[in-house]
Amino acid sequence: MTKRKFAFDGICNSFFGFSAILWLGVFVPYSSSAQTDSVKKANELKEVSIRTIKLSKRQLSSSPLQILSGKDLERLNSLSVADAIRFFSGVQLKDYGGIGGLKTINVRSMGTNHTAVFYDGVQLGNAQNGQVDLGKFSLDNIEEIELYNGQKSTIFQSARGFASGSSLYLNAKQPDFENGQTDHLKASIKGGSFGLINPSVLWQHKINDAISASFNAEYKNANGRYKFRYTNGVYDSTFVRKNADIETMRVEAGLNGKLPDSSAWTAKVYFYKDHQGLPGAIVNSVYDFSQRLWNENFFAQTTYKKEAGRYNLMVAAKFANDYSRYLNPDYVKETELLNNVYKQRELYLSVANRYKINSFWDVVLSGDYQRNTLDANLDRFPYPTRNTFLTALATQIHFERIDIQANLLNTYVNDKVEQYYSAGNKHMLSPTVMVSWQPFNQKEFRIRSFYKNIFRMPTFNDLYYTQIGNTFLKPEYTKQYDLGLTYIRAFEGKLLQQVSVQTDAYYNTVKDKIVAVPGANLFRWSMQNIGLVEIKGLDVNIQTAWKITNDLLLNTGLTYTYQQALDVTDVKLNYRNQIPYIPLNSGSFLLGADWKNFAMNYSYIYTSERYDQSANNAKNYVPAWYTHDIAFHYTNTINKQCFRLSAEVNNLLNQYYDVITNFPMPGRSYRFTLAYSY
Amino acid sequence: MKKQTASCLSLVVLASVFLFSCRKDPQLILEDEIVVQPGPSTPVKGFYLVNEGNMNMNRASLDFMDLQTGVYRRNIYNQANPTVVKGLGDVGNDVGVYGSKLYVVVNISNKVEVMDVKTGKRISQINITNCRYITFHKGKAYVSAYLGTVGDPSAPSGIVAEIDTTSLTEIRRINVGRQPEEMAVVREKLYVANSGGYTPSNYERTVSIIDLNSFQVVNKIDVGVNLHRLKADKYGDLYVTSRGDYYDIPSKLFVIDTKTEKVKKTFDIGVSNLVIDDNSAYFYSSEFSYITGGYVIKYGIIDVKNEVLTDKKFITDGTDKDITIPYGIAVNPYTKDVFITDAKDYVSPGTLYSFDPAGKKRYEVATGDIPAHFAFVY
Repeated sequence: MTKRKFAFDGICNSFFGFSAILWLGVFVPYSSSAQTDSVKKANELKEVSIRTIKLSKRQLSSSPLQILSGKDLERLNSLSVADAIRFFSGVQLKDYGGIGGLKTINVRSMGTNHTAVFYDGVQLGNAQNGQVDLGKFSLDNIEEIELYNGQKSTIFQSARGFASGSSLYLNAKQPDFENGQTDHLKASIKGGSFGLINPSVLWQHKINDAISASFNAEYKNANGRYKFRYTNGVYDSTFVRKNADIETMRVEAGLNGKLPDSSAWTAKVYFYKDHQGLPGAIVNSVYDFSQRLWNENFFAQTTYKKEAGRYNLMVAAKFANDYSRYLNPDYVKETELLNNVYKQRELYLSVANRYKINSFWDVVLSGDYQRNTLDANLDRFPYPTRNTFLTALATQIHFERIDIQANLLNTYVNDKVEQYYSAGNKHMLSPTVMVSWQPFNQKEFRIRSFYKNIFRMPTFNDLYYTQIGNTFLKPEYTKQYDLGLTYIRAFEGKLLQQVSVQTDAYYNTVKDKIVAVPGANLFRWSMQNIGLVEIKGLDVNIQTAWKITNDLLLNTGLTYTYQQALDVTDVKLNYRNQIPYIPLNSGSFLLGADWKNFAMNYSYIYTSERYDQSANNAKNYVPAWYTHDIAFHYTNTINKQCFRLSAEVNNLLNQYYDVITNFPMPGRSYRFTLAYSY
Repeated sequence: MKKQTASCLSLVVLASVFLFSCRKDPQLILEDEIVVQPGPSTPVKGFYLVNEGNMNMNRASLDFMDLQTGVYRRNIYNQANPTVVKGLGDVGNDVGVYGSKLYVVVNISNKVEVMDVKTGKRISQINITNCRYITFHKGKAYVSAYLGTVGDPSAPSGIVAEIDTTSLTEIRRINVGRQPEEMAVVREKLYVANSGGYTPSNYERTVSIIDLNSFQVVNKIDVGVNLHRLKADKYGDLYVTSRGDYYDIPSKLFVIDTKTEKVKKTFDIGVSNLVIDDNSAYFYSSEFSYITGGYVIKYGIIDVKNEVLTDKKFITDGTDKDITIPYGIAVNPYTKDVFITDAKDYVSPGTLYSFDPAGKKRYEVATGDIPAHFAFVY
């Protein structure tokens, strides 16, 4: 009954889904007729089309890949990485609202902990809770964001690269000097709603032909205040979000170098510090909060990559030190306020070797070692240390029209504790197979598919958090089956210059899902491996490029996601109900335009209704939301000096909504940017 | 050119789909009813049941069982009080009926909600930070709260507030131990179980005694760590539960003689909740087993006259196997029917079970989230 109710709940929702399909219906026959047309001319045009269509990673990747980069990224209404990834399909951003609110990514409903985040090629770890707050990563110095389902479509990567259900790569801007240039400087200041002030500076310097340096610093301060509104149709109240202030500072410095054998190396240090208020759930009679949070993150990493010749080598090393402090003045202990301090350390070493056996066959052996420690001022805390050894054996067979990759990942994890019980040793073998195939002569159409079996380790919090942690926990396993296609077509000298489609259907399962379950009372929860989830989904991505006049260029991007993620844990409890916070339908639309010195971007995001707890009933119903954002940019270049002015309006129609129940999102807001570069 | 119009057209269709996506306006969730088999006519008209709702979800709700008609009304607060912003609030922690008024203690919302017992319509809200439990005596309501003030590291004590049930205002308050929980009145004295739950390294061990005339703490009884439940029997004894420290010290049930102000008996039973009716204390216990990694749940009855554990059972038909987490308990003083609630996984609607005095299930109904606290209406 509940299931049926959900299926038919809201005609509007089915309308949305139907319309999306209808639109595809309009589009697909059209494009296939275009294809038959082109078949006739295929031979004569072959050379032309090869030149015009540049098959990018997006088409060639055997695992689904979505990219936002360069100009597209710059045009978007985005402050942080979290804002940008909302435009990817198959993704739900768990957003607690506001500038400082926690923002984590859930890819294809498998859960936040199944997505690894890589910063300049090396994973950002968090052994404590396995989550990376993407709201903390500014877009200021990001050149490209890539999201791979499964894993990055290359076997020449670190063992870590094979070790997650999906991977998000954040790639910082790399120095690029034209003839005679030795310095680049970029300075910008952003300001606007929420009392935001956000200056940043990026300096890139060419030391010599082989080495360049970059330095980047950013400061952000915001009072975080915004209006929000709640109504039940009878009462209708507007409030101001309080205790949402945040102050952050980020400094990065790096060196990039090339060696005579054309191998490349990088070295980087990163320092981030913040202090913020933690605005809590807006519940009856509670509209202000006192909790505070401090974070300090430091890491230093270095990489080396040699790709010439038959034998290739990639090495990476990283050391990270994270500090966080949580203060809750509402919680007065015997002699002090609740004041939790957590210190994490990570040491990471990685070596990847590739050997090209012949022109079409490569093999890779990668080995990683990682050591994580957590120190906390909690009572009865075990002080865990985790040693992880990853070994990946991978092979790739690549012909002109088919590319097959397969790997086997061996994981060995050893936990040690200073007191109480440790989770001991764990050993897992996990396989992946990926295929990309061009079935016809035309390069435009490709089929891809992958199967991946992977797990996430229980985090330190899952295992060792005082009174909650459970050292009996097993890893949480996922299986992913994906089948998709990519199609791209260019039209020389036409209004519509290019169309590109990527779509994937998938089936995932999550087994032994780690969930908090109650004990004898509400004070005593414990973590257990009890969840079982079945996910069926469809992701659609369509990009078009238009040349209206010689000066006016348009780009569109459309994503649509259908996800049925059912809880099949217990026949007696919420059986086959949609899991919390996963909408059946979601999507986004982007329209970018460039005209002379002007650029604009319009973006739209839609998320259908969801449920905030396991039972799909009226009380747990969370309404759909959709936002319209618009941005205008003006750029002027005089003597290689470039000035840019931007004005953004977010949530244009001032829609009040929650992504997470009782954590209100901002209504309409504004942001202005002034940037200078040479 | 045709192709281009086609693609333009498709873009327009697309744009309209996106722009006119719909969204339901938020609506008041009305109460609903389930009819069960009515019981015999007794002076007990029915009972209110408070569903706690999971923390941060703002999902405390109020249900009413009319025992004479068998009509179970769910979620009655919102319909009776549609103008109250964000409704009953976050985590309903206790309920009481006194005179013509119904009191619900809402912990995270820092308030005692006062309603008309007949209609469920709000009369007033009494703000008490981090309030936990309520009890009544001679025209006054006594509310325990975890902290007197927040944000002051030198003020870790909890309080008991005295509220006038006519004016519905706080008259005075007194510091007790840290994080006080349940209370009971025996002969003009209020007994308060202190938990010290905010400092697991040094839990409280005492029951504070407040003289209700002077409203001063006159004594403290050393009992055991992390106290929670406190119920008085008709012989002047208190049954107090200790939750232990969840590690080395197991949970226990203590019996205090209020005349000597001393513990006179200890049961090595990890009682989670109990209710005393006449000579019987009905209880359930749930204890973590390090052998199975799960919880073992037991139900039983203690004879409070002789202070012994009996072998009587109040569930005899095997229904106990269906109950995941017993979370609330009540006994109809006239029919001796026992009511047990199941909180399940704490994030799903719960279940209310009714058992006849022979321990056979009369009926079960679905409730709100985390059904927990009962108050009979006469």
